Amino acid sequence: MTESLAISKFSDLANPTRFLALAARLLPFMAAVTAILFAVGLYLSFATEGDYQQGMTVRIMYVHVPAAWLSMMCYTVMAVSAIGTLVWRHPLADVSHKAAAPLGAAFTLIALATGSLWGRPMWGTWWVWDARLTSVFVLFLMYLGLIALNRAMDDPSRAARVSAVLILVGFVNIPIIKFSVDWWNTLHQPASVIRMGGPTIDQEFLWPLLIMAIAFTLLFFTLHVMAMRNEIWRRRVAAQRRMAARLAGRESGSEA
Amino acid sequence: MTHTFYISMSYAVAAMVILCLIAWTWLDGRARRQELAELEAAGIRRRSAQSKDDAGKGETA
Repeated sequence: MTESLAISKFSDLANPTRFLALAARLLPFMAAVTAILFAVGLYLSFATEGDYQQGMTVRIMYVHVPAAWLSMMCYTVMAVSAIGTLVWRHPLADVSHKAAAPLGAAFTLIALATGSLWGRPMWGTWWVWDARLTSVFVLFLMYLGLIALNRAMDDPSRAARVSAVLILVGFVNIPIIKFSVDWWNTLHQPASVIRMGGPTIDQEFLWPLLIMAIAFTLLFFTLHVMAMRNEIWRRRVAAQRRMAARLAGRESGSEA
Repeated sequence: MTHTFYISMSYAVAAMVILCLIAWTWLDGRARRQELAELEAAGIRRRSAQSKDDAGKGETA
């Protein structure tokens, strides 16, 4: 009984019209909380002390690490949506992974750029082809490939199915990124927050990092809901234009 | 180059990308809403909206 209720609640939410109504209610709240968290996070990022070895460059961590986390979380959200497309053939799942791809590409770009800007003063080089940096660069290329694939096909449901297969095949890269620093000898440091045995990072840096990470995550979900709403509207515009063209064709046929 | 340069560049790049992303998502939404409003003004509605209106008319008539 409770299971069927949960399924019916989920399918209610999965209805695009209900999703639009829910998005309209949630978005102002999500945007406000994101802005507040960013204000607090940025204040703490610049109020905390520097690291005894890295000095003030440790502040780069507060944008680099959340962006890198999000680049992987966004792909995981896309992989879950891809399962929704292939197993349940749900149009909202199609919309979800299509809308998330540009967001994932943007956060991966931030992670790559800020990592490069951190690497130069700390490692003495902008870039090195080690396992972590290369696997994240491959992730960035995969996002670009998925955006291009979605734009290359006219039929959205066919594009969604092809993209979904590609997303699930590409998901193999996510554990490679996460464990690359353990499996291979890399210039990039190993995990210091999400690891067995708890974080090894000092409390001084942990709080601003966590608040910035929550702010980035909420920003992603806010933008994802907005982009999904835009995609639903885009599909409605296309469907209504097709309907108008059919009606115009029928009217001109009956006149003749 | 000083450490301040690398820190400020990192925050500037992150801010620029995020602001572009927000602006693009917002402008895209505004353009789609405008298109839907134009279609509505031209009398073209979704089939589900039309059938509800028709049913409403039937009840009043």
